[in-house]
Amino acid sequence: MSNEKTDWWVGFFVLLGLVALSFLALKAGNLNALSFAPTYSVTAKFDNIGGLKVRAPVKSAGVVVGRVSRIDLDNKTFQAIVSLDIQQGVNFPVDSSAKILTSGLLGEQYIGLEPGGEDINLQAGSTIRYTQSAIVLESLISQFLYSSADKQGSQNPTPNTGIKGER
Amino acid sequence: MNLSDKITVLGRKTNICLVTLGLFAQFFLTIIRRSSIVFKRPRLVVQQIHFIGNYSLIIIAVSGLFVGFVLGLQGYYTLNRYGSEDALGLLVALSLTRELGPVITALLFAGRAGTSLTAEIGLMKAGDQLTAMEVMAVDPIQRVLAPRFWGGVIAMPLLAAIFSMVGIIGGWIVGVALIGIDTGVFWSQMQSGVDVWKDVVNGVIKSFIFGITVSLIALFTGWRAKPTPEGVARATTLTVVAASLAVLGLDFLLTALMFSN
Repeated sequence: MSNEKTDWWVGFFVLLGLVALSFLALKAGNLNALSFAPTYSVTAKFDNIGGLKVRAPVKSAGVVVGRVSRIDLDNKTFQAIVSLDIQQGVNFPVDSSAKILTSGLLGEQYIGLEPGGEDINLQAGSTIRYTQSAIVLESLISQFLYSSADKQGSQNPTPNTGIKGER
Repeated sequence: MNLSDKITVLGRKTNICLVTLGLFAQFFLTIIRRSSIVFKRPRLVVQQIHFIGNYSLIIIAVSGLFVGFVLGLQGYYTLNRYGSEDALGLLVALSLTRELGPVITALLFAGRAGTSLTAEIGLMKAGDQLTAMEVMAVDPIQRVLAPRFWGGVIAMPLLAAIFSMVGIIGGWIVGVALIGIDTGVFWSQMQSGVDVWKDVVNGVIKSFIFGITVSLIALFTGWRAKPTPEGVARATTLTVVAASLAVLGLDFLLTALMFSN
């Protein structure tokens, strides 16, 4: 085979490989999803972050506006410090609140931002003051069990009357 | 045979293992050191990419397509049981980019390109062509081995990427075109779950390392083959066995390193 023909086939092969790589990066991966968009970072403190992970989405009204960039533990207050990278150009008032929510019943956890009413906006490095922790299923269930046990106890103030309370 | 003889045999075998390993490492360093020819005469490498890459293209693409089909079907059966067949795209893409793409490509590469490299070098050696080169003051490592090594190293990641792409398309054909999952959900689930750096780039790094491993083993066994027809046959078999085992073992190590958290 002549040199030129070989070159053509090799060029074709390399091109195909590069197309495949960009297909994997752009179509299968999330490179086009605000990876290179400029962001600013704000922090929020939570009592409990549940199963929140780094790179989890930050959503406002269901629209992805940023991602969780890092999660640390404050060793004085024993709260989780979550850093959020929010897209440049999306501004939130300083009294906005952050909640940790779950998509679907067993889905991924994400941070939901709810805008407040102040005129001043969050700046890079500022802290979101109003936060709501993740709902941990176990504590929810135990709370429910305790409260229902409490109720039963108050309904039957004198259980030792010889007859067992109907159940 | 008494105990002391057995211990001697064990010691000799250990010695041979260690010497072979040392020669292998030395061989690797020698090839790297004499790789300047890649820039001086790139045509040699281009020819090898053509020989190694282009000729493996068909088998890689067809295998990728069928692996994608099977992943689509099996994934659908299992996910359907939990009512989460929307995640099929994610399953297909993750398993291909992280594991199946690099590993199956490397195994096919060992069988398709590695054997031909070994046989070629071994026959060159059997026909005293390598010695003839040395007589003519042409360094066979530089002229014959280095271009083949770099050809394999360049071709392998590209082949693995093509494998993954064709596999994802195969999964799409089964999941969306045949079974009828919504195409938007298929892609959006995939895009939300596949991370470019963690999954795609790590897959490419894996295939790059496999390319180095397989090419090097193929060349080494050919280089060390006994210059007889039987020796070349043995070396070719050894290439497939050793390269496959090395790829699978390395894959476990790399996966443990890359996706540990």
